[in-house]
Amino acid sequence: MTIETLNEQTVREVVREVVKQYEANPSELIPILSEVNRRLGYLPDKALEEISNLVKTPKSSVLSVSTFYHMLSTKPRGKHVIQFCESAPCHVVGGREVWNRLKTYLQLEAGETTPDNEWSLITTSCLGLCGIGPVVVIDNDVYGNVTPDQVPEILAKYSNSQGGAK
Amino acid sequence: MKTYRSMVLVSSDEQSIEKGANEVFAALQQEIYKKGLQDEVSISMVGDIGRHDAAPLVIVYPEAVIYGPIKPEDVEFLVDEHLYKGRIAAGLQASVKELSGRIAWISARRNTLPAEQRIVLEHAGLIDPDNIEDYILHDGYSALGKVISELSPQQVIAEIKASGLRGRGGAGFPTGLKWSFVQKAPGDKKYVICNADESEPGTFKDRLILEGDPHNVLEAMAIAAYAVGADEGYIYIRGEYALAKNRLIKAIQQAEEFGFLGNNIFESDFSFKVHVHSGAGAYICGEETALIESIEGKRGEPRARPPYPTTVGLFSKPTLVNNVETLANIPAIFRNGADWYQKFGTPSSPGTKTYTILGHVNSTGLIEVPMGITLREVIAIYAKGMRNGATFKLAQTGGSSGSVIPASLQDTPMDFDSFEKAGVSLGSGALLICDNDTCVVDLAISLMNFFRKESCGKCNPCRIGTQRAYETLVRISKGKGTLKDLDDLNELSNNLYTMSNCGLGQTSGTPIHDILNHFRAEVEAHVRLGVCPTGVCEMM
Repeated sequence: MTIETLNEQTVREVVREVVKQYEANPSELIPILSEVNRRLGYLPDKALEEISNLVKTPKSSVLSVSTFYHMLSTKPRGKHVIQFCESAPCHVVGGREVWNRLKTYLQLEAGETTPDNEWSLITTSCLGLCGIGPVVVIDNDVYGNVTPDQVPEILAKYSNSQGGAK
Repeated sequence: MKTYRSMVLVSSDEQSIEKGANEVFAALQQEIYKKGLQDEVSISMVGDIGRHDAAPLVIVYPEAVIYGPIKPEDVEFLVDEHLYKGRIAAGLQASVKELSGRIAWISARRNTLPAEQRIVLEHAGLIDPDNIEDYILHDGYSALGKVISELSPQQVIAEIKASGLRGRGGAGFPTGLKWSFVQKAPGDKKYVICNADESEPGTFKDRLILEGDPHNVLEAMAIAAYAVGADEGYIYIRGEYALAKNRLIKAIQQAEEFGFLGNNIFESDFSFKVHVHSGAGAYICGEETALIESIEGKRGEPRARPPYPTTVGLFSKPTLVNNVETLANIPAIFRNGADWYQKFGTPSSPGTKTYTILGHVNSTGLIEVPMGITLREVIAIYAKGMRNGATFKLAQTGGSSGSVIPASLQDTPMDFDSFEKAGVSLGSGALLICDNDTCVVDLAISLMNFFRKESCGKCNPCRIGTQRAYETLVRISKGKGTLKDLDDLNELSNNLYTMSNCGLGQTSGTPIHDILNHFRAEVEAHVRLGVCPTGVCEMM
């Protein structure tokens, strides 16, 4: 679902569906937020408000939880999210060069999204895939042993598939 | 249960998947159907088999022939030769020389290479993790049966104490003692939590344990619950581990169907229900009180201790929190006895330890070896030496809060007490091996960057201290540091240790302390001469 099509109605519907799937219980807050985040791509303000009403938790706590965890985002992200592991095991085996290439290729800094909403580039802590570092994760696909020269080739896969599919 | 003439296993660790294991699996399935062998040959994906020099691997039992690396095009020939005609498919076998660890052991059937000692990973890679019957065939749930029908909770705890098992999450706290605290805590409602929020950089042992053998951990949790008097359990698994989570959910369903979890287990009065709770990305949630806060639906900020979770834990009830690897030792202890367990490792740290080997070595991956092995042995035998014949400079253990171990300590036995004496820490079992081209300042920056981002922000020493340490290190790396910066870093590291609320803050200064201790000359070169001896830092 892209950002433009998110209107209040769909946001509310998605939230209601998700809350029904779990329990309307404050201890289920994190699973609920994760699922809404997964379906909508991020957590819009309206979603937080609706969750707060249904789960009967102050909106301030919902917001405070949403901003604490890395996998939850309160800002819209691009169509494809590139996660780059910046922890020591990937760093010492050539991660820095890959990171520099990613930044110059996309002309983005960490945490930014391209103007056409195509790519978001974020850094992440260790993903537990250290045996094949440096690691780049795009959406749900893992790329290991990445070299700087592979960057354009890997990213090209996404531009193509999306041109053909939608 | 259906019996098969042959069993085919395809390795499904991340290296194999990357090299096309899924395609090989699909091709195998197709080929087996085409030959009409589907009723005679079972085929499964298995987790970590050993190290991955010839991935993806295809192993055919009962002959235990190991093929690899296999490409989808090889499949037709392999099935035709081995499964149809019954002879070894020539030319596809993985050469023994290229293999190591347990695979080599299986294939050679004699100790040509120092084999690993697998207790927690005993079944990983041998059984189908999605099939409870496979686990039961390998003595699965027999330990739980024995515990419930023959032992009292006190006897269970006595056995764990006798085994000498110590927590594998990093601190090395005696497991039996922790269990007895929870057991003695007053209250009717108690919880058992399995800490699977493995997020120390460089550590992925828990993921491979859960992916390869989820029932082992469930069985251990049920034993723990019986011992401490809990009837409900949580597995807190980090949000990134989707495969492990799905396998756990499936395993719990199967265990409930078979009556190993749920109500009246083994027709006793003991009932135990397990929930899987996913994290949403926060390193700090590996700290047990932060983990508990997170299950309760709050920000993962560690609580002040005492009271400890053993008396006031989840939903304010007494709670036992154990690491995945700690739990994975339990069933084997009850199947074989505490005396058997004591035979492995060192007297003060019995048993085995899993290590993830990373960095500038020839072979990276997961190993399980007895406690007390030395770093030199790990590098020479299991990591197959330094990459490109380089010289070993330092190892970083246990993720970011582990120590930086210089080459001079590489003959120290790796167990809790020997490491403590040497002033270093075993941590969570990651071994990031670095060669002479590694700059210690650059490494410390990477580690401090991790801490400043992962600090939960609850207490000032950690929130501000990690940021200041990072800034100072960056300044040094640019050749703009002063000698006073080094003193400040030292003081900062001490302050972090003494003043922070939880383990994250307390240990975050360790890398700084270690590099100043062991590599001071190299750090000073950045300051006094404005030169990075390894040429890694870009001097301004």
